[in-house]
Amino acid sequence: MTMKLPEFLESRRIPLPGNLPGSRLIVNREQWLQYAAALRDSGAQLLTLWGADDRDRDAHFRVFAAYLLPQGMVVLEHAMTAPIYPSLAELFPAAQRMQRALYDLLGIAAEAVADEEADTRGWLRHGGWPQTFFPLRRDADANRQHPNISAPYPFVTVEGSGVHEIAVGPVHAGTIEPGHFRFSVVGEKVLRLEAQLGYTHKGVAKLFETQPQSSGHRLAARLSGDTAVAFSWAYCAALESLAGTVCPARAASLRALALEHERLANHLGDLGALGNDAGFAFGLTHFSRLKEDLLRINSIAFGGRYLLDYVIPGGVVADLPVHAPALLLHLYSELETSVTNLRSIYDEHAGLQDRFRTTGRLEPSLAESLGALGIVARASGIARDLRVDHPWPPYDRVVAKCMVQSSGDVAARVQVRFDETFESLRLCRAFLQDLPAGPMHAPVPDAAPDQLGLGVIESWRGPVLIALETGPDGFIRRCHAHDPSWQNWPLIEYAVIGDIVPDFPLINKSFNLSYSGQDG
Amino acid sequence: MWNTLSRMWRTGLLTEPLPVLERALEASSPEFDSLQADLLAVLGRALCIRHVDAGSCNGCELEIQALHNPYYNLEGAGIQFVASPRHADLLLVTGPVSVNMEEALRRTYDAMPGPKLVIAVGDCGACGGIFGTSYASRGGVANILPVNITISGCPPTPTAILRGILQTVRPAVTEI
Repeated sequence: MTMKLPEFLESRRIPLPGNLPGSRLIVNREQWLQYAAALRDSGAQLLTLWGADDRDRDAHFRVFAAYLLPQGMVVLEHAMTAPIYPSLAELFPAAQRMQRALYDLLGIAAEAVADEEADTRGWLRHGGWPQTFFPLRRDADANRQHPNISAPYPFVTVEGSGVHEIAVGPVHAGTIEPGHFRFSVVGEKVLRLEAQLGYTHKGVAKLFETQPQSSGHRLAARLSGDTAVAFSWAYCAALESLAGTVCPARAASLRALALEHERLANHLGDLGALGNDAGFAFGLTHFSRLKEDLLRINSIAFGGRYLLDYVIPGGVVADLPVHAPALLLHLYSELETSVTNLRSIYDEHAGLQDRFRTTGRLEPSLAESLGALGIVARASGIARDLRVDHPWPPYDRVVAKCMVQSSGDVAARVQVRFDETFESLRLCRAFLQDLPAGPMHAPVPDAAPDQLGLGVIESWRGPVLIALETGPDGFIRRCHAHDPSWQNWPLIEYAVIGDIVPDFPLINKSFNLSYSGQDG
Repeated sequence: MWNTLSRMWRTGLLTEPLPVLERALEASSPEFDSLQADLLAVLGRALCIRHVDAGSCNGCELEIQALHNPYYNLEGAGIQFVASPRHADLLLVTGPVSVNMEEALRRTYDAMPGPKLVIAVGDCGACGGIFGTSYASRGGVANILPVNITISGCPPTPTAILRGILQTVRPAVTEI
């Protein structure tokens, strides 16, 4: 698809370092909205929103909005003296929760535009620190502990004859992360679902500001443990683009191999869990076995079951041991055979398909207008995958295929996972068989202060982003991390409407979003 | 159906002995066998665990979930994860305790019948890990609840978690 860049972009853009083509524009208050509207009309998606307190530097607060276009990334930057800016929620509904989070962290408020209803409820702040304390402000003492003063969260209520509420969480029945779900139901039918997240907020953004650039990747990897490779790669990509380092070809291929292994591990786990949530425990047993096989090979090939510290600035920690390639190729064949077999069992199981099909439907038009990302978007007919649309090295050497389904239900999200598993195996083989020679890492000098760089990587869940601003003496001034769960969490609330309460675990699993990645 | 049954038959029993790969990989593999025997002897098939994520990055959750796969066969060792704290003997806590989860964690602990045990899983549960203490994090689980044992690792392997559970339960059982 070729699209013309909006004119304002061409004339005023400043190149933005990163692993994807990027531009940065400094805009005033009016342009912040005006350009956002123009970007939306040219097919842009709002990827993330963040702010910064630069009063120590130039007496301004700043907000940044990162848009994903068919041409690459565009970041709009708006500086202000009073901490208030026009809300983007009318144009991009996904902005709403991000704006609430931005306020909780920085005290920079989104001003409601037109007839938009402002939502001023705390998102990350639940009462664990005072309303007047904004942790990301330069003068905030982030190490200070405050007493918890919890207050009830005002959920939107549904009224009518026979309507009642079911409150679930934050502690759930299984081994999963914490979050609260409030269902308004009639009988078993869900009329409305509202989620309250932020329970695992650990102050990652503030913590980044205490880190040297050379160790930020460790924190990035721990933003969401199941997406460790993607986040640490995004961090390293941002840092390398600022430090002028090029990751050596062999290391880049190994990073991609690790990223695909992360995708495989998560897809295998999800496929099993989805079978289990639909009453087919056989699926969980077999897929969890395959996942374990993969994790054990991971510890031989990459030095760990989960690759939290494999990607480092400049490259990767270590080369594959000599015997690893043969083991890996053998694993890929085993997985291919087993998953093909299990797929036909899933496809032919009437009871399973009955639970999967038409359940948790997310209409393609809704997915598009609400800005769905990653596998959720691809299961609702949106063919977007950064590995395909903006292949950064080494994805430019293989031609990845984008796996799309159109029905938007649980069945579609299952099929996308199956298709991506096979595609991932194909890519793994391609990377492994064509592994360039060369060093494992290149030196990364400290990047000069006050520069902004982006790292954007297509994780198994969808695009993750790291926006890194450097400080003096090789430290980080500000680092914003974005997980695609931000966009996809609100979509579950649409997908469950009209389904029954017992289908929620299945629908939730088919999205499999990160709580920790969202909460930060 | 034929396909399903045939796959079950062809896959066979995966639990014990541990796969060749694991033996080659982990020096502690004979230990794993005795660990399984110890677990059975001590627990007598009756340990109920309630897991709470108090702010983890979800890495530890992945390894706790892995305990359910056929290789580790957790239920075969007499350990069951339960959905309610009222049914639990042991609380398995992951993550640094986020300020936003502090109250829910305390309430879960209070809802458990005594005698009760607490295990803090992972480097974060042990001491706050990379997240430490801050405006948003209370640090290690011991800052909030009495902890019997901590299992370090980022994330700890399923075998390390099993070992930690045994270590916690053994003195407790002797005491009772």
